[in-house]
Amino acid sequence: MTLHTFLTTSALALTMATAAAAQQTLVYCSEGSPEGFDPALYTSGTTFDAAGQAVYARLVEFKTGTTEVIPGLAESYDISEDGKTYTFHLRPGIKFQTTDFFTPTRDMTADDVIFSFMRQLDPENPFHDASGGTFEYFNAMSMPDLIESIEKVDDLTVAFKLTRPEAPFIANMAMDFASIMSKEYADQLLDAGTPDMLNQQPLGAGPFAFVAYQKDAVIRYRKHEGFYREGLPKLDNLIFAITPDASVRYQKLKAGECHVMPFPNPADVAAMKSEDGITVQEQEGLNVGYMAYNTQQPPFDNPKVRRALNMAMDKQAIIDVVFQGSGEIAKNPIPPTMWSYNDAVEDDAYDPEAAKAMLEAEGVTDLSMKVWAMPVQRPYNPNARRMAELIQADFEKVGVKAEIVSYEWGEYLDRSKDVDRDGAVLLGWTGDNGDPDNFLATLLSCDGVGGANRSQWCYQPFEDLIQKAKTLPTQADRAKLYEEAQVIFKEQAPWATIAHSKVFMPMRDEVQGYKVHPLGLHIFTEVSLEN
Amino acid sequence: MLKFFLARLLTFVPTFIGVTLISFAFIRVLPGDPIIVMAGERGLSEARYQELREQFGFDQPLIVQFWDYLTGILHGNLGMSYVTKKPVWDEFFALFPATVELSLCAIVIAICLGIPAGVIAAVNRGKFFDRALMSTALVGYSMPIFWWALLLIIVFSGNLGWTPVSGRIDLLYYFPDTTGFMLIDSLLSGQKGAFASAVDHLILPSIVLATIPLAVIARQTRSAMLEVLGEDYIRTARAKGLAPIRVSGLHALRNALIPVVTVIGLSVGVLLAGAILTETIFSWPGIGKWMVDSIYRRDYPVVQGGLLLIAGMVMIVNLIVDLLYGVINPKIRKR
Repeated sequence: MTLHTFLTTSALALTMATAAAAQQTLVYCSEGSPEGFDPALYTSGTTFDAAGQAVYARLVEFKTGTTEVIPGLAESYDISEDGKTYTFHLRPGIKFQTTDFFTPTRDMTADDVIFSFMRQLDPENPFHDASGGTFEYFNAMSMPDLIESIEKVDDLTVAFKLTRPEAPFIANMAMDFASIMSKEYADQLLDAGTPDMLNQQPLGAGPFAFVAYQKDAVIRYRKHEGFYREGLPKLDNLIFAITPDASVRYQKLKAGECHVMPFPNPADVAAMKSEDGITVQEQEGLNVGYMAYNTQQPPFDNPKVRRALNMAMDKQAIIDVVFQGSGEIAKNPIPPTMWSYNDAVEDDAYDPEAAKAMLEAEGVTDLSMKVWAMPVQRPYNPNARRMAELIQADFEKVGVKAEIVSYEWGEYLDRSKDVDRDGAVLLGWTGDNGDPDNFLATLLSCDGVGGANRSQWCYQPFEDLIQKAKTLPTQADRAKLYEEAQVIFKEQAPWATIAHSKVFMPMRDEVQGYKVHPLGLHIFTEVSLEN
Repeated sequence: MLKFFLARLLTFVPTFIGVTLISFAFIRVLPGDPIIVMAGERGLSEARYQELREQFGFDQPLIVQFWDYLTGILHGNLGMSYVTKKPVWDEFFALFPATVELSLCAIVIAICLGIPAGVIAAVNRGKFFDRALMSTALVGYSMPIFWWALLLIIVFSGNLGWTPVSGRIDLLYYFPDTTGFMLIDSLLSGQKGAFASAVDHLILPSIVLATIPLAVIARQTRSAMLEVLGEDYIRTARAKGLAPIRVSGLHALRNALIPVVTVIGLSVGVLLAGAILTETIFSWPGIGKWMVDSIYRRDYPVVQGGLLLIAGMVMIVNLIVDLLYGVINPKIRKR
C-alpha cells in the first residue's frame, strides 16, 4: 500500500467512523438496477425493494418477516356482510416525505388513496399513460374486473366496492402495486408537464425519502422523519450499491464495503457461514419448483401414470445436486410456510420398481417423452438443465426415454402454455402476497388452462374448492378448503412437486434487526447498526 | 486534408444505413417476444397481450415499424425504453461517460505499456526479454476477462486490501454529476480525497480492460518493428553512428506505428466488447452492461438505439485513426 493510499484510506475510515457515530448509514449491495421507481409499473423484486419498500407505504402491510397482513396507512378496515365492500379507515396525520423536489402542504387523505388506484384503473386518468401505462400486477391480480368503484366517504375513510366477494383482496392491498402516492405531488408534476417524473423521483409516506439515483450504480435515501411508525426507521441513511455479480457482492461484504447482500452463490454459503464478521440468515422461500405434465395428452391424462413418474423421480438427489442443500423436497403445490399448508399429505415415495410396475399395469411401455428445461436460473430452480438430466436418468431406470428440450426464455414461456404442448415442463412460482389462492388458483385453476396452468389441468372437485375458498371471509374456513384441495392435488398429480428453495441473506455482524422476508423483499425499516 | 476528411465522412452514409437496418433486424431475429418476457412466469391474458402489442406498435407490419424507427432517428428520437420508460438518448448519455472514462484509461495503459514492450521485444529479438514479454502477452491475450477480474479482486481487494472491490467512487462521497466523468467531477466537487478515491476505483477495471489490447499492441509493435529494423535506411542510420535508442525509438518506431495505430483503432471495438464483462464485474455503470440487460429483456428501442450510437462512436474513432495516418505518414493523405 502506498503512503498516499494509506493516508487517504485512513482519513476515509476516520471520517466514516466519525460520521457513523452521528449518523447510521447502511449500505445494501443490491443485485441489480430498479427498472424505475413506480412500483405499480413493474413486477421485479429489485424494483420493489428500491421503490415500493423503501419509499412507499400501503394501506395494509406484511408484518416484517411474515406474510401476515397488518394495518399500515389504514389503522383498520371493515368488510361488508356480502364481502363486496372494503372500507379502510386511514390514520390521521400521515406525512408524505419532504424532499428537494417537493414539500407537502397537507397530510395524507382519501384523495391520495383514490388517486393511487384510479391512475391504474381509469384509462382517462392523466397518469394512466404517463410512463407507458403497463400496470402489470394490477392487471394480473384482476383488479380492473374486481374493482367496481372507489369512493371517498370522508377525508380519512375510503370504500372499495368489488364486483364479487374476493377474500385475497386484503393481501393484494399489501402488495407493492398498491403503494399510496401523493396526489398533491402528482398534481405538481402534471402542472409542470412532467408526469413521467413520478417514475423517476418517487415520493411516498414510506420509511425512507429518495435522494438520488445514479443509473446502474447507487441509490441514496435518507430517513423520513415523519414516518408514521414511532421510532422508525432506525437508520439515518440507506444506500443501495448496485452490484450485479454475486462473487463481487461477497467480496464487498468481506471488505466491509457493504453491510447486507442478497442472493449469494449457493456454493459460497458454507464459506460465508464460517467467515468472521459475517452472519448468514436463512429462511424457506415462498416458492415451489415443479414439473407440469400435459394432463390433456395421453398417457399423461391418466393420474396413475403421472403418479408413477413422480415415484420414479429421486427428489433428494435433485435437492443435493441442483440446490446443493439449499432447498427441501416439495410435496404440496404451496410452500410449508404458507397458512393452510397440509402437512398430513404424504409424498409419493421414491420407488423405481413400484413405478415401473405401475406403468406396466397401466399399459404404458416404451414411453418416450420430452422434459422441458428452463434456460434461466430462478430461486425455485437454480439449474433446470441439470435437474432435467437427473430426471432423464431416473426415468431411464423405469424404461421411460426422456428427451430434454429448451428454448429461449420468452419462447419457453409462450410455448409451454400451449394446450397441445408435447412434454412435461419444468417451471416454478414465487408467491406474491402469501395467500394460497395466489398459488392454487393462479397455477391450477380451469381459467389458467392455456395460460399459467402449465399442466392444462381442469379438475372440477379441485376447482370447486379453490373458487369457494376465495369467497369465504375467515382464514380458518378458507384454510380447510385449501387443505382438502391439496389432498385432491396429490391424488391427481398434475405436477411432480420438486422443491422449495431456501433464501440466504449474508450480512455483517453489526447489522441488527434484519428479518428475511418470505416474499423475497428486502426491507430495512426496523434495521439498525451496532456501533 | 479537408478533401480527405470529407471523402472519409461520405463513407459514413452507407455504413449508417447498414447499421440502422442491421440493428433493427438483429433484435427481431432473436427468438423471444418482449411482452412475454416482460410478463414472466405470471403470464398475461390474450386481450392484455393484444393491448400491449398495439401499445408498443408490434401490430404494425415490420416495414412500417422500420419506417417509424428511421424517421424517429432522423428527428433525433431513438425511442423510449420499454422497461425504464425513459428516452434511449438520455439513458445512453447518462452512462456513456463512465464507459469512455474506463476505456480511455484502459487504452492509455495499453499504449503506454504495449508499445515500449513491443519495441523492447523487437530490439532483443530471440533473447530473454523478447520471450518473456511475448509469452506474457500471449497469456494476457488468452485470459478470460471474467476470471482475470475476479482473481485481481480477490487478491488485491479481498486479501491485500489495496484497492476497492467495485464501483466508481467511495460511497462516502456524494456530489451531482456535472460531466459524468468521475475523475473530473470529483475534482470539481472540491471534496477532499474524492479524486484519489475515483483513481483508486479505476485501477483494477482499467487493468482488466487493458489486458487484451495491451497484448495485441505489444505483439503488433514487435512485428512491425522487426520489419522496419531490417530496412536499408535503418542500416544507414546505424552506419552513421546514431545511438541505438535514437535508431529504434525515432527512426524505426515512427515508421512502425501505422499498423500499430490501426490496431489501436480496432481495439475500440474490443474495448467495448470487453467493457460488457468488466462493467458487470466491477459494477461499473456504463453502456456495456446496459446493452446486455436490454438484450435479455428484449428492450428493442434500447438495443437498436444503443447499437446505432456505439457503431457511430466506433466510426468516429476510425475516422480519427484515418486522419492520424495522414499525420504520421503524409504520403497517405496525398493519395
